[in-house]
Amino acid sequence: MSAVGAFLSRGGRHGAMFAARLAPGPRRALGLLAVWFVIAFAGPLLAPHAPGEIVDRDVFAGVSLHHWLGTDYLGRDLGSRLLWGVRYTVLICTLSTLLSCCCGIVLGIAATATSVWVERVLGRLMDGLLSIPSLLFALLVIAAAGESIPALILTMGVIYMPGSYRTSRALALRIARADYVTAALARGEGRAFVILREILPNMTGPLLSDIGLRFVYAVLLLSNLSFLGLGVQPPLVDLGSLVRENVLGLAYGAPAVVVPTLVLALLTVGINLALDGRRP
Amino acid sequence: MTNLISVRGLRVTGRRADGGDVPIVRDVSLEARQGEVLALVGESGSGKTTIALALMGHARAGCGISGGEIEVAGHRVDRLDAAGLRAFRGRTISYVAQNAGSAFNPALTLHRQVIEPALTHWVLPRREAERRAVELFRAMALPHPETIGARYPHQLSGGQLQRLMAAMALITEPEVVVFDEPTTALDVTTQIEVLEAFRAVLAHRGITGVYVTHDLAVVAQVADRAVVLRHGAVCESDATAMVLERPRTAYARQLVEACHLPVRPARPAAAPADGAAAEPVLTVSDVIVGYGRVDARGLPARRILDGIDLSVPQGRILGIIGESGCGKSTLARTIAGLQPPAAGTLRFRGDILAGGVGHRTPEQRRRLQIVAQNADLVLNPAWTVGAILERVLEFFHGLRGVAARAEALRLLDLVHLPHALFDRRPMELSGGQKQRVNFARALAARPDLVLCDEITAALDPVVAAAILELMSELQATLGLSCVFITHDLHALRAVCDRVAVLLGGHVVEQCEAASLMDGAHHPYTQLLVSSVPEMRAGWLDEVAARRRATTPGPVPPAADGGCPFTPRCGLRVEGVCDRVPPPIINSPDGQRIACHLPPDELPVLPRT
Repeated sequence: MSAVGAFLSRGGRHGAMFAARLAPGPRRALGLLAVWFVIAFAGPLLAPHAPGEIVDRDVFAGVSLHHWLGTDYLGRDLGSRLLWGVRYTVLICTLSTLLSCCCGIVLGIAATATSVWVERVLGRLMDGLLSIPSLLFALLVIAAAGESIPALILTMGVIYMPGSYRTSRALALRIARADYVTAALARGEGRAFVILREILPNMTGPLLSDIGLRFVYAVLLLSNLSFLGLGVQPPLVDLGSLVRENVLGLAYGAPAVVVPTLVLALLTVGINLALDGRRP
Repeated sequence: MTNLISVRGLRVTGRRADGGDVPIVRDVSLEARQGEVLALVGESGSGKTTIALALMGHARAGCGISGGEIEVAGHRVDRLDAAGLRAFRGRTISYVAQNAGSAFNPALTLHRQVIEPALTHWVLPRREAERRAVELFRAMALPHPETIGARYPHQLSGGQLQRLMAAMALITEPEVVVFDEPTTALDVTTQIEVLEAFRAVLAHRGITGVYVTHDLAVVAQVADRAVVLRHGAVCESDATAMVLERPRTAYARQLVEACHLPVRPARPAAAPADGAAAEPVLTVSDVIVGYGRVDARGLPARRILDGIDLSVPQGRILGIIGESGCGKSTLARTIAGLQPPAAGTLRFRGDILAGGVGHRTPEQRRRLQIVAQNADLVLNPAWTVGAILERVLEFFHGLRGVAARAEALRLLDLVHLPHALFDRRPMELSGGQKQRVNFARALAARPDLVLCDEITAALDPVVAAAILELMSELQATLGLSCVFITHDLHALRAVCDRVAVLLGGHVVEQCEAASLMDGAHHPYTQLLVSSVPEMRAGWLDEVAARRRATTPGPVPPAADGGCPFTPRCGLRVEGVCDRVPPPIINSPDGQRIACHLPPDELPVLPRT
C-alpha cells in the first residue's frame, strides 16, 4: 500500500492525484501487486542457492536453520526455488494479462466507436472464443505449438481477451451515452479526442479491477497447466510445477508441497480480497 | 388539546467511511396537534426528509437516531423495538413518497398494493378493505374508482399514482400521514388536483399531516404550521401565515424572497438601426421531429414536434414553457443539432443550419451553445474545472497555456465563481456552482445564441434565483440572445422577453412575457398560468371553485389532427376542435394564438 503510494507519488502531483482518485479496492490490489513484483524481481538475487543446486542428501526435509523451507524431492533448497517460481508465475501472468487486456480494451472501445458491423463481427468472434473451455484450448494450442514461455503468454493472452473485451465494451457503451460526451460531440470534437480524453479517463477505475481479476485467473490457469506438465518446463520453475514435482511429499506432510500451495493461495486470494474492498 | 406529535431534542447522525460522525439533524424540537398539517420546509440537505423518517422510527442506511424523544400518537417511537415499529408503521403512521412511479411494484395490480397495509395489520377483512379502497379512490377524485385498482402502475399518470399512493397510506386510517415532497415531480396543472385531493381527505378524516416540501407556495395551501429548517436545525417555527408574511429570521426571509422573483420589465424590440439588425438570430420554421414508421413524404408517424415556428430576435430571450412531455427538450436538441428534424428548416443569422451537428460549420457550432439541465451529467467527472474551460478555449479560439488560463479565470469571474475552483473537479462543487461552470463553458465559445434547457430545474429556489439573476446580468452585458426552456413560470417571467407556449409538440401561443399574466390568451396558457400556486392561503380554494364551474364534459377521444388541447379544454367546439387544425390569430402587439375561438371569446386573465 505505502509502497505503491511512494511509487505513484514519484509521478508527481498528477500520479498522486490519480492514486487518490482510485477506489480503495483497485488501490489496495495495486499495492499488493507491487509487493509481489518486488519479490519477483529482487527475490532470486536474495536466494541463498541456485535453483538447480542439490544441497542436501535428505529429500523432503522439514524446516531447518540451513533450509528455511526444507528441501524438495531431489534435495534442493525449496526457499530458493520458490523465489524463482514466484518470478516466473508473476511475470508470465503479468505479460499475458497485459496482452489480453490491451487487445480487449482497444477492441472493446473500437466496437463502440466504429460501425455496427465492426461490433457485430467482433462480438461473434469473441463469443466463439469464450465458448471454448479455457484449459482445453490451452492444452490444444500448447500440444500443437510446443511448450515455450512465449507460446504460454500468447495463449493465455488470447484466452482472457474476450472477457476484457466485454467489460470494456459495456463500460464504453455506458459512458459514450453520457451527457458530457454528447456535449463534446456537439462542440465538434474528433473521435480520437472523445475516446482518449472524455471516455477513457472515466473507465480506469472499473478497468483496473477487471485487470486485477484477470491476473488472478491467469495465475490459476498457468498453475493448472504447469501441474499437468504443459506449463513452465524444467529447469525453470513456477508455482504450479513446484507443486507437481513435489506432490509425492504430500504423504510425508513435507513443506515442499504445502508451501508453494500456500504461496499460490496468498497471491490469488489476496488480490481478490483486496479488489473486493476488504483488508487483505 | 394535547399534541399528537411531539419531538424534543432530536439528533440524527450519519457515519462517514472513515468512522467519524456527521450530525444530520441537530437538536430539533417540533409539535403538531391532532388534525393539524405541519410543513417541514427547507433546501435539499436541510434534513427535512430525515426528520420525517425519524417520526416513523426510521433512519436511512449509515445513519442513526442518536438522541432525543419522539412521541407520535402516544407511542415513544425512539424506544420501540423492531416488532413494535412494525406494528406502529403503516397502522399509526404512514408515508407518501416523492416518486410514486418508482414506489409501486410494476408487477402487481394497484388494488393488491393499496389494500396490502390493511391486510398486513389485520385492520380489515379483504372485502371490507377493497370497499374502503374504492371509497378512497372516489375521495381522491380518481377516474373510474371501481375499476382503476385492477390496473398496473405503468397504465396511470404520475398524478394519479401519487393519489393512489395516498389512498394506500390512508387505508388503515392512520393517525398521522407523512407526505414527502408528493407533488415536486408533477406538473403544476396536475399538482393542483393532487393537492386538492390530499387536503380534502385530511380535513374530512381529521388526520394529522406532516408535509415535507421546499415549495413555500404549496405550504401556503396545505399547512397550518410551518417549520423552516436549515443545516439540520430549526430556523423558524410558527403558524404558516406568520412565516410566509412576516418571516423573522434572515434565512426564512431569503426563502420567501426567492419565491417572489422580480419580473423582467418589458423591453421594446431592438430598434432596427438598419435593415440587417432586424434579422432574427435563429428562425425555426415548420420543424417536425418524431419517430416510428416513416410515410411517403418522409414524415414519421409519431411526432414529438409538429410544425414548430419560432424565431429568436437579436439580443432577446425567448422562453419556451410547457408540461413534461410537450417536446421542450426535443426542441432544444433539434436546435443544437443532436436530433435532426424530419422536415422543416433551421436558419441561423439567415444561413441554413444543417440538421446534424456534424454537418454544421465550426463557426456555427461555436456561435450556438447549449447549457443543459443537469450539470452533474454534462461536466466530465474526470476533468478539472480549469481543463473543461481551457479545452473549449483551445478548441474554438486556439488559446493555450497562460493565455487560456487567464481567459478561463476571467470566465470564472464572469459567472461569480472564486478562482480556487480552477483546480477542482465537478464532484467537489455544489449544484449551483456546477451550473455556473456549465454556463461558463458555453460562454467560453463566445456564442451569439445560448440554449438554456431547464437550467434551474435541479436547483433549490435560493440557488436557482441566483442563477437566473446571473443569466439576466450576462445577457445584458454580453448582448446574448437566448432560448430559455423551462416548466417554471416564475423563472420564465424573471428572465424572458418573449414566450412560446408548447403543448403536445405544437406552439399554441406566442406573446410578450410581460403580457403573459393578463389579457386574452389561449385556453391552455390560461390554465397553465392560473395553475401556478400563489403564496397566499385560500388560493387553492379559489382556483378549485373556478375549475369546478368550467369542468369540461366527458373527454372525447384523443384529438387527431385537431388542437392538442381539445380533451382538456372547457371551451372546445365539438366536431371542430378535435378535427381541424386551429388557425393562428395574429394580434397587432405580436401575440400569436392557435385557437378556433374568435379573439373576443378567448379567456381573459385577471390583471394582477
